Amino acid sequence: MRQQVNGLLRRVPVWTVWLAGLLPLTLLLWDTLTGGLGIDPVRDIEHRLGRTALYFLIASLAVTPLLRVAGVSLMKFRRALGLLCFTYAGLHVLSWLSMDMSFLWAQMGRDIIKRPYLLLGMTGFALLAALAVTSNNASIRHMGAGAWRRLHKLVYVAAPLVALHWILALKTFPVTPGFWLLVILALLGLRVAIPRPLARKRQIA
Amino acid sequence: MKLTWSDVTPKSSWLNRRSFLAAGAALAASPALGLTGKPSGFSTDAEPNSLKDITNYNNFYEFGTGKEDPARYASALTTDPWSVEIGGLVERPGSYGLEDIAPDNELEERIYRLRCVEAWSMVIPWIGVPLASILNRVGVQPSAKYVAFETLVRPEEMRGQKRPILDWPYREGLRLDEAMHPLTILATGLYSDPLPNQNGAPLRLVVPWKYGFKSIKSIVRITLTDSEPFATWNALQPREYGFYANVNPQVDHPRWSQATERKIGGGLFGGRQETLMFNGYADQVASLYEGMDLSRQF
Repeated sequence: MRQQVNGLLRRVPVWTVWLAGLLPLTLLLWDTLTGGLGIDPVRDIEHRLGRTALYFLIASLAVTPLLRVAGVSLMKFRRALGLLCFTYAGLHVLSWLSMDMSFLWAQMGRDIIKRPYLLLGMTGFALLAALAVTSNNASIRHMGAGAWRRLHKLVYVAAPLVALHWILALKTFPVTPGFWLLVILALLGLRVAIPRPLARKRQIA
Repeated sequence: MKLTWSDVTPKSSWLNRRSFLAAGAALAASPALGLTGKPSGFSTDAEPNSLKDITNYNNFYEFGTGKEDPARYASALTTDPWSVEIGGLVERPGSYGLEDIAPDNELEERIYRLRCVEAWSMVIPWIGVPLASILNRVGVQPSAKYVAFETLVRPEEMRGQKRPILDWPYREGLRLDEAMHPLTILATGLYSDPLPNQNGAPLRLVVPWKYGFKSIKSIVRITLTDSEPFATWNALQPREYGFYANVNPQVDHPRWSQATERKIGGGLFGGRQETLMFNGYADQVASLYEGMDLSRQF
């Protein structure tokens, strides 16, 4: 069963993940152009982009636990998931800069320093940017596998920061982002609970 | 106990009136429902937001925390019959009907700017009466210094109240001089129609120089007191929401700047506008706060 699933997955080309991953963006564009957004389309665009970025981040974090727990390998799609996350995160930040803050650089600068939720969000974004620019084979070769792997462990920091950014942006304690923070912590916890050597042993057996 | 029209009307015709009102609500243009307010010199000449904007973008946590929740769920609220309990340090305490508080022939149109603490703004054509007129009618005792307000608690109809998001009922308060200021109104209408439920039907406070959350909705109790009343957001997070909540571009919310605001309805690239001290009503209200340090008493 597991082998069948993995065999099937092996035949799925990576571009299909990109195609599916850009669907939320297409829907958002469609809603924007057809007036399908609410009374405040700026907020809807900004929030939908941010949420989608977080969902792709969680998807990329789920790849390893899925392999260790269920033996299903989505490894070859992980880079696409991570880059999709960064695409949405970038558009989220861009929509904040342009539509929400209309390029008031001084006010944005002061806000980022003074507001914990913005500081967390921007820190998360900077970490994700470092991962995105090194998500290519040339970088892995150039950095060496060990250093590259260490750098990409930054995602364990970025993911909870991003979820906290969402929680702190809201006025009362919100259920949805709280739930996703728990999911992130559970996915990170699974890495500790089921370490790699054990999974290897199981695969050999 | 003061009698209102619903008390002296036979129950059967009263019920008929309710079904008539319900039918009329479907026909928004029905002249029987229309409200007219006399134009007022306090109105701004800024272009009001559309009725669609005003009735679909609301903070009314009794119906949910999303901006769309009130428009979606507030129709469950019964607003007729309705009475307001006025008590505390007043000469004539009692239960007052809407017609007592805001008689049709006293209604005024007040086109006011609204600035939310979340840094967005709208312009809204309210219909209502100055709060001072009802306070004068019930007779404020000399020892009274503050006015406390309370929203209805009815979780069967206000689904947001089934969760302890806030310490229900929603409560707010004003200093007496703020309450008596001619800009402060009790609104019963919007754009020549009775107030939609999501905007605080049937009766809400509007204090245009303060952040929107001070303007409490669906009022059931008004109490005159001699000490600063409980205020819901202030009690939940005093660092973020002061008791005064005056619009002030120099005093930031801890999580965002208040220097600018985004006007709802401005489109994708409508940009931001500068926030004005007291939301642009400084000429009228700044004197109320003379001698106060507004960065501390925010």
